[in-house]
Order: sequence, then C-alpha cells, then structure tokens
Amino acid sequence: MTAIVEVHDLVREYRMGDERVPALRGVSFTVHETDSVAIVGPSGCGKSTLLNLLGVIDRPTSGTVSIGGARVDQLSDARATEFRLRRIGFVFQRFYLLQALTARENVELPLAEAGVGSAKRRARALELLEYVGLDRRERHRPSQLSGGEQQRVAIARALANRPALLLADEPTGELDARTGAEMIALLTRLNADGTTIVVVTHDEELARAAKRVIHMRDGLVVDDARRDPADLRVEPRGVTPEAHER
Amino acid sequence: MIATLAAASLIRHRARTALAILGVAVSAAMLLDMVMLASGMRESFRGLLLSQGFQLRLSPRGTLPFDTEATIRDAASLLATVRARPTVAAVSPVLGGQLHFPVGDSTVTASALGVEPAVQGDYELVSGRSPTAPDELVTNDATLRALGRTVGDTVRAAAGYDPQLRTLSGERTLRIVGRVRFIYLALDQRAVALPISTLRAVNGPSSAERISLAMVKLRPGADIERERSTLLALLPRVTVISTAEALKQVDERLSYFRQLAVILGAVSLVVGFLLVTTLVTVSVNERIGEISVMRAIGVRRWRVVAQILLESSAIMLIAAPVGLALGLVTARWLNSILARFPGLPERIDFFLFQPRAAWTALGLLVLSGILAGIYPSWRSASLPIATTLRQEAVG
Repeated sequence: MTAIVEVHDLVREYRMGDERVPALRGVSFTVHETDSVAIVGPSGCGKSTLLNLLGVIDRPTSGTVSIGGARVDQLSDARATEFRLRRIGFVFQRFYLLQALTARENVELPLAEAGVGSAKRRARALELLEYVGLDRRERHRPSQLSGGEQQRVAIARALANRPALLLADEPTGELDARTGAEMIALLTRLNADGTTIVVVTHDEELARAAKRVIHMRDGLVVDDARRDPADLRVEPRGVTPEAHER
Repeated sequence: MIATLAAASLIRHRARTALAILGVAVSAAMLLDMVMLASGMRESFRGLLLSQGFQLRLSPRGTLPFDTEATIRDAASLLATVRARPTVAAVSPVLGGQLHFPVGDSTVTASALGVEPAVQGDYELVSGRSPTAPDELVTNDATLRALGRTVGDTVRAAAGYDPQLRTLSGERTLRIVGRVRFIYLALDQRAVALPISTLRAVNGPSSAERISLAMVKLRPGADIERERSTLLALLPRVTVISTAEALKQVDERLSYFRQLAVILGAVSLVVGFLLVTTLVTVSVNERIGEISVMRAIGVRRWRVVAQILLESSAIMLIAAPVGLALGLVTARWLNSILARFPGLPERIDFFLFQPRAAWTALGLLVLSGILAGIYPSWRSASLPIATTLRQEAVG
C-alpha cells in the first residue's frame, strides 16, 4: 500500500513567556492510502496539534511531515495554502460554514478558489450534496440547517477538490447521538469509497469505526493499533456512494 | 464567489451597512461642501467681475471701487485720456450717490448710480428699457416695491433730504422706464440707475465733473497688466485695478474663510477615513474565525483581503453619490441662508460646484476609505490559522 502520510519525529513546542511548552514530543507514524485513522487521547495530549500539522495550518518545531510524497512541514504560506486547497480536506467540530453562503455555495468555495468554472463547480457541488444526502437543501443557508446537516455540508466542502487526505477534528463533537451515528456512517462509507481519513476524537463510537486507532498521551504516541476488519462498524444511512467517484 | 461573499456579508448586516453608507455619505457631503466653500466665493466673485467684460477698474487713489465715498475729479479729461488709448474698447464711468423719493408722508432712500446707459456694466435689464432721456431711470424690484410704483410711472426724486425739517432739495420728476437687476448690489438693496449727467445735475455743483469709478473694457488680445501699468503711469490720481488684482485682494480678505473650509474639509476626510477603518476593523474582528476557516480550506490570503476591500469599496462607492447629492442640497440650503448676509451682491455664491474639485475630493475620500481597509484585512488574513481556530473554538 502507498504511504499517504509520513510523520517522523515530530516536535511542536509553544512559547508561554520565557517557557517552552511541548505539545508534541517526537511523534512518528505512517498512514496508508484508503486508511481510516482515529487519533484518541485525553485533552491536551497533542491530538489537535498533530492534526494541524498534518493539515499544513501549523509548522512543527522539528521533525518532518510528508503528504503524498511531498514534504509539507516547511512550506511557504502561499505554497501551504495551495497544498491545502488541492490535497487536504478539513472538517471542523463547529462546522465553520460561511453563514453568508448557501449550502451549495459553501461547497463551491474551494472549487472557485481552484479555478473551476461555474458550471463544473455547480455540478460538482450538487453531486457532493447528493452524496451526503442534502441535494434538496442546496439553497439553504447554514442557519436553516441542523447541526448534522451543517456537518454534512462541511464534509461535502472538504471533498470538493478530491483531496488526498480528509482531516476531521471532533466531527461528532457538536452532534447528538443519533446524528453522530449518521456522521460516523457517512465517514465510514467515504473511506470505503477510497478517501483516506484521519480523525481526532473523544467519541468512542467514531474511534471504533476506524480501521486504526492511535492513542496519544503527553505529546507522544503510546499505542497504535489496527483493528480486525470483522470488528469494524459500517452503518451507511441515506448516502449514495456512487456519487463520490475519485 | 468573492463578490457573492462580499455582497452577502453586506446584506447580512443590513443595518450596519446602511449606517456606514449614511456616515460616509455625511462625511462626503461635508467634504464636498467645504471644497465648494473654499473656492466658491472667489470663483463667484471672479465670474461677477468678468460678467460684463470690463477688465480694469479705475477708482480714487488708494481706494477700491465703492469702498469709500471718495470720487475722482476732472472726470472728462481722465476719461478722454483712457478712451484715447488704442487698446481700450470702451469706458463706462459710474457716479455713486443717493436719491430720496417722497412717498406719502415718508421718504424712500435708494442708492443711485449715474451711468452712461450705452456702455454701462452695472445692471442687467429685466423688463422695459435703459434710460435714453435725461429724465428717465431704471430701478430694481426692491425699490419698485418700496415706492409702490411700476415701469412707466413717474416719481419725484431729490438728492438731499433733511430729516429734521423733512424737506427735500434738488427735486425733479423722473420716469421709470425699466426694471433691472444690479450686478454688484445686494438683492434687497434699493437702487436706481440714471444717466450720469442727470445725477450730477440733481446733486448740484458738488459732483460736477466727478465720477466714483470707471470700468474699462480692452480690445481682444490686449495685455491687461501692461495696460494697467500704463494707465497707472498716465493717471497718478487713480488706482487702476485689474480683475486679477481684485481677485488677489478678495483672496486676501477671504483667506481665513478659506483656511477654515480647508481645515473642516480635512476633518471630514479624516472622519470618513476613521469611519471606514473602524467599520472594517469591527467587521474583520467579527469574522476572524470565518477568515481562518477560509484560509484553512485553501483560500488565498490576497483573496480574503480582496473580499474585505470589495465590501469597503462598495460602501464607499454607494456613499459617494449619496454624499454628492446630500452635499449639493446642503450647499444650496446654506447658500440661501448666507446670501441674506447684508450688502452681498445677489450673484455671489458661497458654495460653487466645480466638477473637477468635487470629483477630486470625493475620489480622495473613496480612495482613503478603500486604503483604510487594507491593513486590518491583511493583518487578519495573516493570523496563525491553527491558533485562531483554537481560540475561536474556545470562545
């Protein structure tokens, strides 16, 4: 299998006055294509810091990060932005949709930034909204959607430019149990359709659905376990996998 | 997409957008009014001086035209000297004075201008005709109203009036042959114009061969300043003032006024600038999370800045024409108030719309407003994404 993410001896320290506070203290691992990885651990263990470094929205103090064979830990701002646009999909705990735009326009935003023409991006946005089961809500604004629906739109937005890697930070953190279960099913189906996913979560159900779980504590990886495929939970609900063709 | 986002953002905060447009429009209106005020009186005065085509004015030595009651004696020889100049096309002598008109038990007093009707440059005919006979005069509306007369009526006029004895001297009957508008006099100032010979006759020997002012029209192509110097050398008893010189003196007298307008105009510009800076800063601070998300999903920094600048540009571009309209209406209103200032010529405008100056001022305001948005938007687009998102999540 091809390695999509390669992290080597990653260190990230923050300055607090004169003091250096380590968030990551030498993390190394590899994620392969079509993998689904859940990073778990107590608050403050460095999960989100690690996700930010994988998402190229932060720089490590030392160590290397490669995604799709390219070093991304020392990219300039412009190159990092371009990399995020074309190779990374982000899903946030709080959805972070642009309130001024409709669901479809939110999905179109990264496509427009990538220079896709209006007809093509509209078609792609509708295709993705259909994939996440929201094709009838394309004209709704975020305030008119439930939390679960907003997170689905956020996932559709993250998939817009067919990223190599989907990163999700507590994607079920703001959802109730039922909606959370639907979200897990959607992410599982997405992974089954070929998207490599790395999630940071406290949600045991979500972690249980991943093929691999990395446990962190005090800025270090303390356990890295691959699950038996027979134990994986896959409960797709209301999604059309054919829509997401890579 | 950026335009959609910018428009959506402005529409989403309708009240704030409307208030911002109104605020900038008021600032633009004030700036425009100050620009109009700074040059209005000067340009208006210039137009007034040039309106009848006289480029030089001769007044008693050391005085400005009609600044004092001083007159020039031996007018005939002076006028002959001036008329003999090859560059002179016409000379219009003017004698100033007063006439008293008995109306019932009271007396109406009016300024009187003795002129040569064929070459005069002091009034514009509204109706009727100019005097052609010695016993004819023309008046303005204020005098007609005070006299209760109309064109075609006759009036008794006297040069002298003793208020204690209530007696008139040098009385004669004159016929009103025209209704006029005096160019250099206030709208409500009672005034009449009559042949200079008639006014001299009414006044008696004291004003014989005297004039208060002579206005000189030069032939096309004549060098005005050179002719002025020549006349000054030829006529040591008079002051010769050109339009440019008169404007210079007006400029000196209006300098405080103009400085005030420039200062207030600059204040308006700064207020507009600060208003947009505050607005953009508030708007950006409110959207730091949104901006960080845009950056996280790959939206380029310059495009985030462009979106915010587009919003501030839209506000400025909508506010500018609103401000222009508001400024013009306000200027007209203020002008009507200031025009009532006693003694001002009817045609003097305090606020004069000069397209180039107006567009420059408004352009400067729009530009400063747009520039005001660059720093806060660039700064917010440059914030560390991960840290900002974490703070937003905690917030």
